[in-house]
Amino acid sequence: MRDIGIVSYGSYIPRYRIKAGVIASVWGKDGATISRGLGINEKSVPSIDQDTATISVEAARSALKRCTIDPQDIGAIYIGSESHPYAVKPTGTIVGEAIGATPDLMVADYEFACKAGTAGVQSCTALVKADMIKYGLAVGADTSQAAPGDALEFSASAGGAAFIIGRDNVVATINHTLSFTTDTPDFWRRAERKYPSHGGRFTGTPAYFKHIISCATNLMQKVDTKPEDYDYAIFHQPNGKFPVSVAKKLGFTYDQIKQGLIVPYIGNTYSGASLVGLASVLDVAKPGERVFLTSYGSGAGSDGFDITITDKITELARDNAPTVAQMVEDKEYIDYGTYAKLTDLLYWE
Amino acid sequence: MAGGVARFWREIPQRYNIIGNKCGSCERVFFPPREACPHCRRKSLGKMEDIKLSGKGEIITYTIIHVGPEAFKEQVPYPVAIIKLEEGPQITAQIVDCNIDEVKIGMKVENTFRRIQEDGYTGAIYYGYKFKPVKE
Ligand SMILES: [Zn+2]
Repeated sequence: MRDIGIVSYGSYIPRYRIKAGVIASVWGKDGATISRGLGINEKSVPSIDQDTATISVEAARSALKRCTIDPQDIGAIYIGSESHPYAVKPTGTIVGEAIGATPDLMVADYEFACKAGTAGVQSCTALVKADMIKYGLAVGADTSQAAPGDALEFSASAGGAAFIIGRDNVVATINHTLSFTTDTPDFWRRAERKYPSHGGRFTGTPAYFKHIISCATNLMQKVDTKPEDYDYAIFHQPNGKFPVSVAKKLGFTYDQIKQGLIVPYIGNTYSGASLVGLASVLDVAKPGERVFLTSYGSGAGSDGFDITITDKITELARDNAPTVAQMVEDKEYIDYGTYAKLTDLLYWE
Repeated sequence: MAGGVARFWREIPQRYNIIGNKCGSCERVFFPPREACPHCRRKSLGKMEDIKLSGKGEIITYTIIHVGPEAFKEQVPYPVAIIKLEEGPQITAQIVDCNIDEVKIGMKVENTFRRIQEDGYTGAIYYGYKFKPVKE
């Protein structure tokens, strides 16, 4: 699969933040203990006029600003999210129109909990490989919702990242990708319900760890690599603890994962989580560096990617759009009342 | 936005991508696009060409809305500004991503893609441009 890969990328993180301590105090819990336990200090919150469609558009426009490709050459758009603004009416149609890629293209919305975005990257890669499209756009974005008082309220946040996949001027070659999938009911949201449900402790060992470790191990076996062959590793980050722990179990060091570990500062962006981490790595990556990524989506499955940064990364106009680090810093804190208004908590089903 | 879906749909190019048009005779740029150039009139017919505006400009004047329309009641107080775009036309839009006391005449702004309004919890969602300060 040589020479197919990421041609450009962009990410988007809303400006509002709420501190874990502020949420904790509303529910009579100790914020410092919760922050330490989850490895999350604060999380991003979308403004009232933002949703998965607007975040996807901003991320995709940033990707286009960094390169010179004509949006009319984009032949497919896949938007991965579990918070598509419509249940029926694809987010991809809105994104396609807003970036000027319509009408001659394939579009579909993907849903696979937190790994729908990486599933889109795989589909675009395959379509480019099959010469069915010149470029594909894959986006992972979410404005994830958590029931008030639920443990997920400390992590469920908003953000996303977009990747243009193609053959020309590839800045990061996708050497190989594979997945690991089983039926594991660790986390779900029933149709027409606003908030998700989860299996509590069940979400760790048989779900997150089993799938990521299996997928990552299979991938390294397939491409014949070891953890020390990589400059960066990114794992799905539902909290600040799981990715650090899974990296250690697999034999990766904290130095390898820290550039792609964004969850402590913005929370879990669900479909955006591992991809915002990848965008953060691409913000600083140099030619020849190798990147390992494994996403995780409840339900459950993992997508693994073995990626090599090419010389073309130096030609990409990375300064034409904000970096993940810049968006992490550009923030405005809100209180719980404002948070309740912005995230529509006042509406109860 | 009663009966708004069809009207909104027709305006998608303007609302999403700030597509204006340019008079082929005098080069003046218009937003929203016009059927004919008011300066060249008949001379401009058939010579009006669609162009995508940069979405960058400068605040000419602004006001702070304290009592907004029903659909915006959760956003008050918020600034609405008249912005002079780089290509010349003026556009009225909400300013977001900054505190209301930071809004100033002459401030450089750029467009951002946002939800403008929705027809309640069951109706269509209307997207379009708002403007935010340009980061140095
Ligand atoms: Zn004219």
